[in-house]
Formats: sequence, C-alpha cells, structure tokens
Amino acid sequence: MNAIFELKNVTFDYSFDDTGPIRALNNISLTINEGEYVALIGPNGSGKSTLARHLNAILLPTAGEILVDGFTTMREENRWEIRRRVGMVFQNPDNQIVATTVEEDVAFGLENLGVDSSLMAKRVTEALEAVGLQSLKNHAPHLLSGGQKQRLAIAGVIAMRPRCLVLDEPTAMLDPRGRREVLETVKKMKQQEGITIVHITHFMEEAVEADRVIVMDKGKIIHEGTPAEIFTGGVDLYSLDLEIPVIPKLIQILRSQGLVVPPGVLKVDELVDYLC
Amino acid sequence: MRSVTLGHYLPGNSFLHKLDPRIKLSSLLLLIIALFLIKTFWGFILFALFILAVFISSQLPWRYFLRGLKPILYIIVFTLFLHFLFTKGGKVYLRLGAITVEEAGVYLGAFMTLRLALLVITTILITLTTSPMSFADGIEFLLRPFRRLGIPGHEIAMMMTIALRFVPTLMEESDKIRKAQMARGADFETGNVFRRARNLVPLLVPLFVSAFRRADELAIAMEARCYRGGENRTKLRKLQTAPRDYYAIATACGLVLGIVFSGL
Repeated sequence: MNAIFELKNVTFDYSFDDTGPIRALNNISLTINEGEYVALIGPNGSGKSTLARHLNAILLPTAGEILVDGFTTMREENRWEIRRRVGMVFQNPDNQIVATTVEEDVAFGLENLGVDSSLMAKRVTEALEAVGLQSLKNHAPHLLSGGQKQRLAIAGVIAMRPRCLVLDEPTAMLDPRGRREVLETVKKMKQQEGITIVHITHFMEEAVEADRVIVMDKGKIIHEGTPAEIFTGGVDLYSLDLEIPVIPKLIQILRSQGLVVPPGVLKVDELVDYLC
Repeated sequence: MRSVTLGHYLPGNSFLHKLDPRIKLSSLLLLIIALFLIKTFWGFILFALFILAVFISSQLPWRYFLRGLKPILYIIVFTLFLHFLFTKGGKVYLRLGAITVEEAGVYLGAFMTLRLALLVITTILITLTTSPMSFADGIEFLLRPFRRLGIPGHEIAMMMTIALRFVPTLMEESDKIRKAQMARGADFETGNVFRRARNLVPLLVPLFVSAFRRADELAIAMEARCYRGGENRTKLRKLQTAPRDYYAIATACGLVLGIVFSGL
C-alpha cells in the first residue's frame, strides 16, 4: 500500500508575543496509507486541527518533516501540488464558500488551477452530482442548509480530484440531519472514488466508521488502533473527556452482565445481527 | 430576512441585459465622454432621446427612470443655486437688492444640471441591467491592461464577489446579534440620532469581530483550494461577445464622433 502522508517527528509551536511559544504538536510520527479512512479524536486543544493544517501545507512544522504523496511540505514549489492532492473541509460551513452561486463555488478551485472552462463545466457537474446538489446549482449559498453547505464544500474540493480529503470537524455545526448527509457523502467518496479520508471529529459515533482511530492529547498521539481496539479495548477515553459511543458502551454493560459479545461488533446493525 | 440588492440589479431579458458586461462598461465610458463633450442644448436633447430609446428597449419599469435622481437631488439644487447666484453676464432676469440672477447663470445652471442628471440616468441604466457578478467580470477584464500600473483588477473583482457572497450572511448575523442584545435590554429604537448611533455600538462591535474571524477562515479556505491571485486563473463563465455587442459599441462610438464633429 502506498503511503499518502508520512509525518516524521513533527513538532509545531504557535508563537505568541506575550506568552512565548506554545507547543501544539510534539514529535508526531504517523503514516497514513492511500485509501484509508482515519478518524482523529481528542479533547479540545489536543492539536487535531493543527495536525490537519499540516497535511496540506497551511502550517509548516517547526521541526520534523511531512511528505505528502512524496512531496515535502517544506518546499514552497511543492505547496500547490500538495494542496491539489489534499482537499480540506472546515468546520464553519459559511466561511469556506467563496462564490455567489453553488455552481461557481464548486468551480473556484478549478479556476485557481487554470482548468479549461469546458472541462471545468463537466467536472463541476460531476462533483455536484456526486454530493447530490445538482438541482441547486444556481442557488445562492446562503439559502442552503448547513448540511447542504458542507456538501457544497466537499463538492468544491472533490472537483479538483484530490487524493485525500481532510475534514476538520465538518459536522460540528450541523443538526443531526445535516450530519447524516455529510457522513453519507464522505463514505461514498471513500467507497466510490477511493479517496483517502482523514476525519477529525468530536462525535465518537462518526469515528466508529473509520478504518483506524487516532487519539491525540496535548500534542501527542496517545492511542492508535481500529475502532474496536479503541472503543472496546479498555482505552480510558473518559480521562480525555471523550465519550465511548453508545453501542460499545452497551456492549461493555452486556459483557459485565456475563453476555459474550465477540470483538469487532461496534455498530447498531452488527449488534442487532449478533443478538437476534 | 430583508432582501439584499447591490447596485439595484433588475433581472431581465432585454438587449441591454444580454450585452457583454465589458461592452456595456466601455460603452458607458464612451457615453460619459460624449456627455462632457456636448456643447449645446440640442446635444443634450439628442442624448436624452437616445437614452430614452435605450431605456424603453430595456423594458425596465418607468419609475426607475427618474428614481435614480432622488439621491442627487440636493446636489442638483445646489448646483443650480450656485450658478444662479454667482455666474454673471447677459440679461438680468431677477433683482433682489444686491442679488441678481442673470442670463449666463440660468444658462450654465441648466446646462450643468442636465449634464449631471443624464450622467446619473445613464449610469443607473447600466447598473440596473448588469448583474453584480458580470459587472465584476467586466471590471476584471477591462482593468487587466492597467495591471502594470499597479491597478489590481482581479483583486477588485474578487473583493466584489466576496462582498456579494457575504452581505446576506452578515445581514443574518447582525439580525441575530440585534436580537441577542435586545434580549439583554439593549435599546435600538428610541432616542435621538446621536443616542441611537451610540446604542449601535453593542451591535457593531460583535459584528466586526465576527467579520474579521470569517475573513481569516475564508482566507485559509481559499488558500487550501489553491487560490494564489489572478495569474493563470481561468473562469467557469467565459465572457463571449455576440454581434449585438459590436453594434452597441459602434453606436456608442458613433455618438461620441457625431457630437464632436457636428459641434452639438
């Protein structure tokens, strides 16, 4: 399997004039492979978003190195190649939409890349179809719901044909319905396009969907494993102010009552299948 | 939510609406030049008839024709007033003690007023029929040759786009802040002008703070999507000229030349 991200001993300090530097990432080494779905969880201020912003050269490490698809983020001339490969979706749906219509916002990234306008129209249509917004293509963005805005942001990114999608708490400001829309879109991207997903989230139910879960605290990776290992393997998430998702919690209770539940059962339908 | 219009664009399907924004803007420039070259009242009448014809063809509601003059009414009155009082020469029409209104003053006053009014009406005619987005595209294109002189055409157009994009968002937000502050006892509705202006502070401060935060996040999001200024950038909507665009620009040129050579 090809590594798409290689982080080697990455350290990052935010510098402030009055307090001096604050260490946000502390000697992180991590490899993420092509096609993987990685969930990044951790309490507020653990460095998740800082890490995400290193993945497409918005922030550059104070020490250490990051290779994205073989390109180092330290060299200025690689920056645009990296950003084309790594698309980012941010938390606030409003603050990442640039243009005045849905269609033009999807085209924004392609315009920046200098794509020819006939090819652009084709790619915009494809991207809008992929996220299910084609019927709204002439709408003004402020008329969309939160979930639609985030799907628009995803469309704007995937139109650029990235290898990887970095999602920085994309569902934090959405209602449950919007959250479901966004998650389904993300899953579809992974399954149909084989895009690598790095998903930062506060919702443990979302992290369960990933292939691998990385737990961060105080700028370090403290646990790493499959969702089963993290959520039912005795990792102390409570001390990190993180919740255990409902189903693993239920399984823990069932186990403590003497019921045998095989490892690997994490989602509602899996548990239903097992129990019934 | 209140509906937002910028530049008071009225969508439509007329000849004028369909013109390429680049052509429209350059024609506007030519018409303004023509307006300043006009030397006689006959010239103004000709120009006014032309504008009237364009206005009729644009199928805009009649009330828009003169409505645009409202904001500059004071300027017009002021101009007339100054010329009546201070431009001297010719017959004396009115004498009130030391103050006289003379022929040259009336003539020049009327002249300037007509020029100003036609200038505003012509400009409004263009802004009413051009969507702000194509306006931005037109400006970006027309300012391109001036890039070397340091005029940032692309950036101006991008600013217009972002402003258009965020006006509704910020309106919504100011509405929210207003309600939140009213829930805490803020008073936006009573008192004289100064008091009201001061009472707006609890509305404006959060609004500005939030606008700056948005700007910061938007900048990061734009960079993450490979934005690096106007160079080598392509456009989804390519501006394309049609035969009608050539007729329009030719007419505008003809008007300027006609005025210069006929001496009107």
